[in-house]
Amino acid sequence: MNNRRTLFRTAIALAALVAGGAALAQNKVTMGVSIPAATHGWTGGVVYWANRTKGELEKQYPGMTVIVKTAGSATEQANQVQDLQTANKIDTLVILPFESAPLTKPVAQVKSKGVFVTVVDRGLTDPSAQSAYVAGDNPGFGKVAGEYIGKQLGGKGNVVVLRGIPTVIDNQRVDAFNAVLKAQYPDVKVLDAKHGNWNRDDAFKVMQDYLTRFKQIDAVWASDDDMAVGVQKAIEQAKRTDIKLVLGGAGSKEYIKKVMDGDKIVTADVTYSPSMIADAMKLTAEARVKGTTMPATTIIPSVLITKENAAKYYEPASPF
Amino acid sequence: MPPAHTDTSTAAVTAAVDTSATARLATGLRRGLKLHGMGPVLGLVLLCIAGTLLNSDFASVDNAMNLLTRTAFIGIIAVGMCFVIISGGIDLSVGSMAALIAGSVILFMNAMAPAVGSPVLVVALGMGFAVLLGAVFGLAHGLLITKGRIEPFIVTLGTLGIFRAYLTYFANGGAITLDNALSDVYSPVYYASLLGVPIPVWVFAVVALLGALILNRTAYGRYVQAIGSNEQVARYAAVDVDRIKVITYVLLGVCVGIATLLYVPRLGSASPTTGLLWELEAIAAVIVGGTALKGGAGSITGTVVGAVLLSVISNILNLTSIISVYLNAAVQGFVIIAVAFMQRARR
Repeated sequence: MNNRRTLFRTAIALAALVAGGAALAQNKVTMGVSIPAATHGWTGGVVYWANRTKGELEKQYPGMTVIVKTAGSATEQANQVQDLQTANKIDTLVILPFESAPLTKPVAQVKSKGVFVTVVDRGLTDPSAQSAYVAGDNPGFGKVAGEYIGKQLGGKGNVVVLRGIPTVIDNQRVDAFNAVLKAQYPDVKVLDAKHGNWNRDDAFKVMQDYLTRFKQIDAVWASDDDMAVGVQKAIEQAKRTDIKLVLGGAGSKEYIKKVMDGDKIVTADVTYSPSMIADAMKLTAEARVKGTTMPATTIIPSVLITKENAAKYYEPASPF
Repeated sequence: MPPAHTDTSTAAVTAAVDTSATARLATGLRRGLKLHGMGPVLGLVLLCIAGTLLNSDFASVDNAMNLLTRTAFIGIIAVGMCFVIISGGIDLSVGSMAALIAGSVILFMNAMAPAVGSPVLVVALGMGFAVLLGAVFGLAHGLLITKGRIEPFIVTLGTLGIFRAYLTYFANGGAITLDNALSDVYSPVYYASLLGVPIPVWVFAVVALLGALILNRTAYGRYVQAIGSNEQVARYAAVDVDRIKVITYVLLGVCVGIATLLYVPRLGSASPTTGLLWELEAIAAVIVGGTALKGGAGSITGTVVGAVLLSVISNILNLTSIISVYLNAAVQGFVIIAVAFMQRARR
């Protein structure tokens, strides 16, 4: 008798709990954001935007909790993802994977527990491990750069290219760049393309050696604003005046400022903004709170920054 | 008794023959040292011939100066590293240390600029601060290793992470950039030349010369070699092992400070990728130059040749495009191993 009453009470309590839980789930989202640590300019920007967006989202959607975690390696990130799911009980994950392959399994596991997963920028090797994908446009990044350089040179001249760290992303960019020149500006000659590893110092050395090797260079596709810094120093040191254009990329605040101020050699930049983490977080949050579906793939286009639109992209508070 | 510090084989053979042992030891030593230096020198000569054949610009004065200037950073650090390795130690943190010093010095100078009127004075203070900071970091390493009795490998592995993390923290993940006005005043330190030779090359030469003098002509230098050869024997011979060791780390710290004060004016900025893997380049330069990783024996000349050799490889790869860009690191690895092998064959 007593037992049965207890059972009955428990059942009611449980039902109430489940109902309450369901009600809560509609507006209470716990979002984990896992990103690489700020080890260079671009990831520094990612961390800045993630933290900034955390504040905005928590204000915009009361009851939403956003937990931002940074990882120094793929292994650390895999552990973090696990902790976010077990300890923080997240129901939504926005992740910019350190590396694609090692994180595919851990993310897939989290998703199998019912967590909504948005993957940003660097994809996973198995797309079924993600609910949505938000990325920058790498082929577009190369294409826009190629079109700009070809046009600025009037379809004729010598270009040297600095590549990033050997990765799929870098290949996509360079392939698209070369394809545009080949198709639209066949008289623009790419003299050579070497890896500057998205690093100022390496870019400085590679550019010094290009300058030794080639007597006439019309434009440099530095393909990254960090590398453009090293490239410009090498040109200054060699006192070369043949180079009319240095095009970086990613849209760092210094280079956008240069474009804004009407620099002679840096006349444009191509976006590949670390703020894509913010876009991904906002899109995911909206879909989760309103219960709408998010497109499987969202590509944030790479656009050309020129003097006319530079102010729109200038973010002085960002470290990048 | 002075501990034997060259090849154990040569020493053992000479010791076995008792008659005129000292004279034989001396010639053996001289021959050993002479041949010792041959591997890297031979490797360098071969590389230079190859470079000239592949691209005639390789042999130009401008290229040679570019090459020596960019070698100066690693070269100066390698001179300090040579002492540490000969004494039987190691320092894995120099790249991170250089990055943190660069960042701190830039922040220091930017902060001083409004208070101190003259930019020249600010730059001078900044340079002094770089060397001081290096010495302090070196002292901390030395004390942790000797008084704290922690393996050098562990101590410097720890600081490797600490230094870089603090730089990233100060930089807020981005870059720390030197004030423009200061940058203009400071840039000649890297870009100016004296008698046609860039300043960093002069500094490199002076540091190497001083290093060689200290290592070969002073009691301190002999103690360093003695400790690396056999620490116990050195202790019995009343050598103040702890003090000598601490000084080697301070010397290395000072070298890192000097390298940094040449580095800062190059790009006028420090970012979390500054000095990445410099520790391995410096250690490679020392080892390729014929210094034993286990300590005891080594030479500054070899270290300088080793450092130049490493830069020559990447320079040649940049000046040519016959090898896939993905294989740059492999070429460097092959040359390092080949040079080390030449050394071994001639020992």
